[in-house]
Amino acid sequence: MFHAVVAVKQVPDTTNIRIDPDTGNLVREGVPAIMNPYDAHALAAAVEWKRRLNGRVTVISMGPPSFTTTIREAIEMGADRGILISDRKLAGADTLATSYVLAEVIRAIHNEDPIDLLLFGKQAIDGDTAQVGPGVGVRLDMPVVTYAVGIRAIDLDDDTVVVERRTERWTEIIETPLPALLTCEKDIAEIPFAPLPDLIKSLRYEPEIWTIEGPVAFEQDMIGVRGSPTIVYQMGTPPLPEAGEVINTRETSIDAAVTFVFQKAEAAGVLGTMLGGGK
Amino acid sequence: MTARRFWVFIEQEQGKVHPVAWELLGVARRLASQVAEEAQASGDEVSVEGVLLGHQVRDIAAEAIKYGADRVYLIDDPVLAQYRNCPYYMSIAAVAEKYQPEVFLIGATTLGRDLAGAVATALRTGLTADCTKLEMGEVKGAKQRLLQATRPAFGGNIMATIVCRKHRPQMSSVRPRVFPAAPYNPDAVGEIIAEETGVTEEGARSCILEFVHAQEDTVDIEYSDVIVAGGRGVGGPEGFAVIKALADAMGGVVGASRPCVDAGWIKYPHQVGQTGKTVRPKVYVAAGISGALQHKVGMQNSDFIIAINSDPNAPIFEVADVGIVGDLFEVIPAMIKEIEARKEARV
Repeated sequence: MFHAVVAVKQVPDTTNIRIDPDTGNLVREGVPAIMNPYDAHALAAAVEWKRRLNGRVTVISMGPPSFTTTIREAIEMGADRGILISDRKLAGADTLATSYVLAEVIRAIHNEDPIDLLLFGKQAIDGDTAQVGPGVGVRLDMPVVTYAVGIRAIDLDDDTVVVERRTERWTEIIETPLPALLTCEKDIAEIPFAPLPDLIKSLRYEPEIWTIEGPVAFEQDMIGVRGSPTIVYQMGTPPLPEAGEVINTRETSIDAAVTFVFQKAEAAGVLGTMLGGGK
Repeated sequence: MTARRFWVFIEQEQGKVHPVAWELLGVARRLASQVAEEAQASGDEVSVEGVLLGHQVRDIAAEAIKYGADRVYLIDDPVLAQYRNCPYYMSIAAVAEKYQPEVFLIGATTLGRDLAGAVATALRTGLTADCTKLEMGEVKGAKQRLLQATRPAFGGNIMATIVCRKHRPQMSSVRPRVFPAAPYNPDAVGEIIAEETGVTEEGARSCILEFVHAQEDTVDIEYSDVIVAGGRGVGGPEGFAVIKALADAMGGVVGASRPCVDAGWIKYPHQVGQTGKTVRPKVYVAAGISGALQHKVGMQNSDFIIAINSDPNAPIFEVADVGIVGDLFEVIPAMIKEIEARKEARV
């Protein structure tokens, strides 16, 4: 039977993040927490193939206890089982330490219930690193296909998957053996409306909480801050460039404004570029 | 005496080099010069080195030397003819184990980001994604200068500087177009060292069945000299017609801010910003774009920025060289008229 595991992360909705103009600090209050959008689409793809192949979907996430809401949301979307790996000692992990923990958890799941497909979002919108998925693939010695935009076929007899992968230059149609790890773009699947039984199930669902006490035995040197080779050395707000001159069409006229722009362009030496020099 | 090697991944596909490779050779040269003094004091040898994989790509290795590489490690093998994650990361991890580079830079392209995470994990080292600033600087408690890799975080609201104290190489993926290309010296000399991949076709574990080239809407905004970008102020997909008209008049391409792409008004390849492309054209026109930080980090290195917005308080004016407060649907047609008139006057 088909078994997919999807790794999801809860993220602040970064489109709503703002900076306190007086302190220069990030304003976290009132910023809604959501399931990372790319992960949500990866999960939708897993659920779509679970229905086609009569299989099941396990969702895993690493984070604080508040991430249970994201696991419940995954159950609502059609996942069968949800595991939250949550422990203070895991906090402060960079992408290397995160890929270690997730890989060990996935290995444990795989040993009791073999996995065919492992799905990640292409990146999380709060970190934008795109590093954890490939890292987990390397640790599990599993083929990795990043930037997946479609799953064309899954053949459980031959143990192969055919994936569409979009790069900057073209789309590649890649065949790779199962189990395989895909990191997904939003195009991988549409997020469907949750059927009522899944909705009801999610309300009562209690995610399994795994800690460093078990069931997986993590190497202490590999997790959290200790297991992270990188540290944040400095944080700052980006420097503001000098603002140029602004002309208001309501105070002058459209034509005067346009003339002003061309004067400025000429002074900056880019007039030729503006007159068709771009090609 | 030890060798302090600054590595750059020379990205190529089907024999075509991604320009970010030449940008990174420039960065690596600058980083190497920042440690020159301390290296001289301790008798260490500093070098800038390229790592090139592919099939029948020796010409590119020679090019890399002209862009400033002292040495290029070339792994030329049919199994590497097309980029695939497995054979590429395994081959690179093996040469990195052999030569122990101190710093390793990879372009933050789709290919580079696919590769960087895998290589860093295979080498069990730290990797900082999507950097926009790189320095070899003194870090408290460290004997040697370390790579200080700065990247925008939280949608560009914060700049975070990351260091990797103990693990080597110190790896970064670097945004294309943030740094200028290294100077080209046709007389430069360097060494090409051939290495073996060690990966067989079976070991590659994936097979590209087909390449599908997009029929429509392919655009390379990253390396265009002129970009006319539309934001929420264009009002809808049809609003991009006027943006396109100005881009055509100027011989440029169409860009867009994230809300327009999220709303489906225009396709993702047009997106400028933290989650889209970083650009540095000669002329950037931002029309109806308010100027969220996530957008500004992707375009503020442009040579000349023209902002058009009906809101005089729009933050886009903070980065603009010249701003027009007004209705873009009135201003842009007037600009096109002016361009056409001036073009005619020149003929």
